[in-house]
Amino acid sequence: MSDATAKIPATIAPPRPAASDRLKFYGIWIGAALALLVLPKLFSSGGSLTTFSLIGISIIFSLSYNILLGQTGMLSFGHAVYYGLGGFLAIHAINIIAKNKFAIPLPLVPLVGGAAGLVFAMLLGWVSTRRSGTAFAMISLGVAELVASSALILRTFFGGEAGVSANRTKVLRLFDWSFGPQIQIYYLVAAWTLIAVIAMYALTRTPLGRMCNAVRDNPERVQFVGYDPHIIRYIAFCFSGLFAGIAGALAAINFEIANSAYLGAVQSGTVLFATYIGGVGFFIGPIVGAIFVTLLSLGLSDLTQVWQLYFGLIFIAVVMFAPGGITGLLMMHRPLLKGGTLSRVLPSYLVAFVPTLAMITGLMLAIETTVHFTVNPGEDSHIKAFGIPFDAANPAIWAVAAVLLIGGFLIARKTWARVAGSWDDALTAAREKGVAA
Amino acid sequence: MLELIVISTLNGVLYGMLLFLMASGLTVIFSMLGVLNFAHASFYMLGAFFGFQISRWFGFWPALILAPLLAGALGAAVERYGLRHVHKNGHVAELLFTFGLAFAIEEIVQIIWGKSPVDFRVPPLLDFPAFTLFSTNYPAFKIFMLVVSIVIFIGLLVVLKRTRIGLIVQAALTHPHMVGHLGHNVGRIFMLVFGVGTALAAVAGVIAGPALVTQSNMAGLLGPILFVVVVVGGLGSLPGAFIASLLIGLVQTFAVSMNGSLAGAFGPLSPDYAATWLSDIWNVTVAQIAPIMPYLLLVLILIFRPMGLLGTRDT
Repeated sequence: MSDATAKIPATIAPPRPAASDRLKFYGIWIGAALALLVLPKLFSSGGSLTTFSLIGISIIFSLSYNILLGQTGMLSFGHAVYYGLGGFLAIHAINIIAKNKFAIPLPLVPLVGGAAGLVFAMLLGWVSTRRSGTAFAMISLGVAELVASSALILRTFFGGEAGVSANRTKVLRLFDWSFGPQIQIYYLVAAWTLIAVIAMYALTRTPLGRMCNAVRDNPERVQFVGYDPHIIRYIAFCFSGLFAGIAGALAAINFEIANSAYLGAVQSGTVLFATYIGGVGFFIGPIVGAIFVTLLSLGLSDLTQVWQLYFGLIFIAVVMFAPGGITGLLMMHRPLLKGGTLSRVLPSYLVAFVPTLAMITGLMLAIETTVHFTVNPGEDSHIKAFGIPFDAANPAIWAVAAVLLIGGFLIARKTWARVAGSWDDALTAAREKGVAA
Repeated sequence: MLELIVISTLNGVLYGMLLFLMASGLTVIFSMLGVLNFAHASFYMLGAFFGFQISRWFGFWPALILAPLLAGALGAAVERYGLRHVHKNGHVAELLFTFGLAFAIEEIVQIIWGKSPVDFRVPPLLDFPAFTLFSTNYPAFKIFMLVVSIVIFIGLLVVLKRTRIGLIVQAALTHPHMVGHLGHNVGRIFMLVFGVGTALAAVAGVIAGPALVTQSNMAGLLGPILFVVVVVGGLGSLPGAFIASLLIGLVQTFAVSMNGSLAGAFGPLSPDYAATWLSDIWNVTVAQIAPIMPYLLLVLILIFRPMGLLGTRDT
């Protein structure tokens, strides 16, 4: 093997990137770090700091999930297990450190969570990753149920329904940071987010990361090359557990409590939603998804009672119409942008946008009116949804909803067919200009 | 003791048959379409709620017929207008679609019927003890459930083994592509199979609704067990699903009725670590770990027989 590689001329190795490319590459990370530093200066209210912290945690968790789904092609329904166990171990670690006065500062506690996630991924992963595809998905679900149910049985460790709480300010202080105020927690989360994101990006650039992609695309061929797909899936699974554990530990530090909900199916579902809505095909996808889903769940829950239904519908819509997620949709336009033919598509987008919006409005109107009559039937029929007041008892509302929904659907179908047509034209034109699609 | 064994066996077989009603549909759908329908348990739940609503309006017997038909039609529509559309994006997208669907159905059921259990009663015609074994009254409705599931099981067997459509379905279990190449209208067969499969799950829902609790979390509780059944039996294997259903039904029912624990068995030893956080494991009874039994079984099967009991296909 070494002989063969020695004879291959060095030109096959990719050339070192030019200085400008390298500057661009490192510039992104330095820019991200600066943005994280400046962000609390721009939005300094307590609420927005909490939101930023939640987003940071969600970013780490979603990216760790994408190591499985996007990079290795393993659909897991139980990723919250490693997140939750990381959280529980971190809470116990804080309590133990505070009790015995160990010289370990709070910023190192996420390492405990990461270690917990790694260890449990190593334990449970060997069995789970034997199979891929649908079987893996079902197995991950079963293992998740096993752990979540066990958490309710092992009450001493998991604290039963109430969970385990800790006081994060009682551990060793560094530079007089008590980690009581949210701003300090924000900086802790931000630092860990940056570290974890860089680490996970670096992971995708290693030979292991490439082999993960190969296992996703063609496991049989990987076997012929001489690798064992099971081992590669297993290693990817372990890394994924490690970062999920870090995210869980940060969540536990943020809330100062860990309970069985951390391990549950809802948490696993949320990370799946965030990752997939963001887009699994690109590294940045889960980051976009985490930001989008966290903001959406915080924002929607203020606007409507049944925000989870909207959440599910958005997810279904993404699966059906935009399997690449948000980033996939945006990246689709890159060849058009490069070829300068983007302007040909935009008018048809505008045309399609109107009936689609009408359809969505009709759907929302129908849902909100139904909700009014089934969930709170006795109340005043003048309700407010998304800040817009209307009278749910008025039959005209039903008529409007039906017209918008059905009419919007019929017209939208036609206009989207037109979008597809002009899209093809624009792409062909872009290709003729020599842009690789 | 004998009483416990007899009653638990009856209940276990009953639970197992209910599981098989759902697992059979799930298995056939998986074998033909290649997609594990995550929302299968949701159709079971829809069956129960439709049954509840229709039995309020027209009585239980029309509900037993209408609710599965309604749910089956809904299932067929989901296949025709949802799954078929997603199919081109691959199996992961299909699985995710059904996952989102399960999520949405649960939310919709919560919106319409609320989060608390609804009052779905056993029909008065069947509300009497069928027989008394030792000292336990065995309700007639449970016997009815058992009869319905066995009748459907036999009916399914006859359809699969003796009819033309059954032949095609059987062929599709092992050679899904060949069936398509032979010129059958694969799309329509898929829709039919999906509809029938979801209708079967809805039948299970209607007959289980009055006996168990009809609540919006019933799909979430049963769904994972259903997937355990399918994986333990071997993905795509109907006989395997049958054996696994009965096995899990019996294991769980027997576990619930047992009160033993490590402390009970080895109590006099009382080792030192029994007082630490391991005391939970030391003191937990078999009945308490009954809910996690199926998952333990799953892990054991995966270690010793990763293909499942009778499985031959690797996804």
